[in-house]
Amino acid sequence: MLISEDLTCQELVELVTEYLEGSLPPEDRDRFEQHVILCDGCAFYLEQMRTTISVTGSLTEESITPEAQEDLLRIFGDWKAS
Amino acid sequence: MTQVEAAEAELLDALRAGEESAFVALVQQHHASILRVARIYVSNRATAEEVAQETWLAVLNGLDRFEGRSSLKTWIFRILANIARTRAQRDARSLPFSSLGDETGEPAVDPDRFAPAGERWAGHWKSYPERWDTQPEERLVGDEARARVEGAIVRLPPTQRQVITLRDVEGWSSEEVCSALEISETNQRVLLHRARSKVRQALEGYLAQD
Repeated sequence: MLISEDLTCQELVELVTEYLEGSLPPEDRDRFEQHVILCDGCAFYLEQMRTTISVTGSLTEESITPEAQEDLLRIFGDWKAS
Repeated sequence: MTQVEAAEAELLDALRAGEESAFVALVQQHHASILRVARIYVSNRATAEEVAQETWLAVLNGLDRFEGRSSLKTWIFRILANIARTRAQRDARSLPFSSLGDETGEPAVDPDRFAPAGERWAGHWKSYPERWDTQPEERLVGDEARARVEGAIVRLPPTQRQVITLRDVEGWSSEEVCSALEISETNQRVLLHRARSKVRQALEGYLAQD
């Protein structure tokens, strides 16, 4: 954890989104990655954030209800006739 | 012309020719997303459904003016954003926009999880977060995990909910989100960070249960 003296875990967790967005300046990105290599806690945390994003992305799609589709087909029919 | 562009051009021709099957295909592809996005602007489902209908009508009426400078999807959601925003301004119960007032100074992780200032390892984990890659797969991909995430998103302040819904549920790019919500890149990132951090906490709470 030598290198992480200038970037604490508490600071790192606030940089995770910037890191994942690719918006950290190269120097900070290097410090971030060095810290994660040397610190299991932060490696686990980063992995938790990646998992969180992927679970969020798996929220079930609602599909269109038959009633809503009927309404839209009526709108389409009117549009076509106009 | 790429394959996607070619398929889109074909769909447009069919729509302009009034082919119902082309419209149905487009509706099935986008309606669920349109509803979800509408709901981040307006407060209730009934209004969101009206906004969605209005959007489809505006899409049909605008077909002849669509020049293909953006993708059809981007164009549809831009129309939706305009309609939803107008509606939200008219609707007294609409959600507030782009207010950062409730977003400041929230740490991503409880400060108690780190060694306090003055100690040798100040700012470092007192005990490490759990490994999630060793969790049984079904705990993370199951309905319960998704329900926790959904519950956490519902409880977020509106602006955070809007950003995480568009970015992580709908999969929009940050540019698309900034333009739809009329917020800066930095604000978008701050809101996304707060939102994701809270959703992570909710999952952590769930996974820590025996």
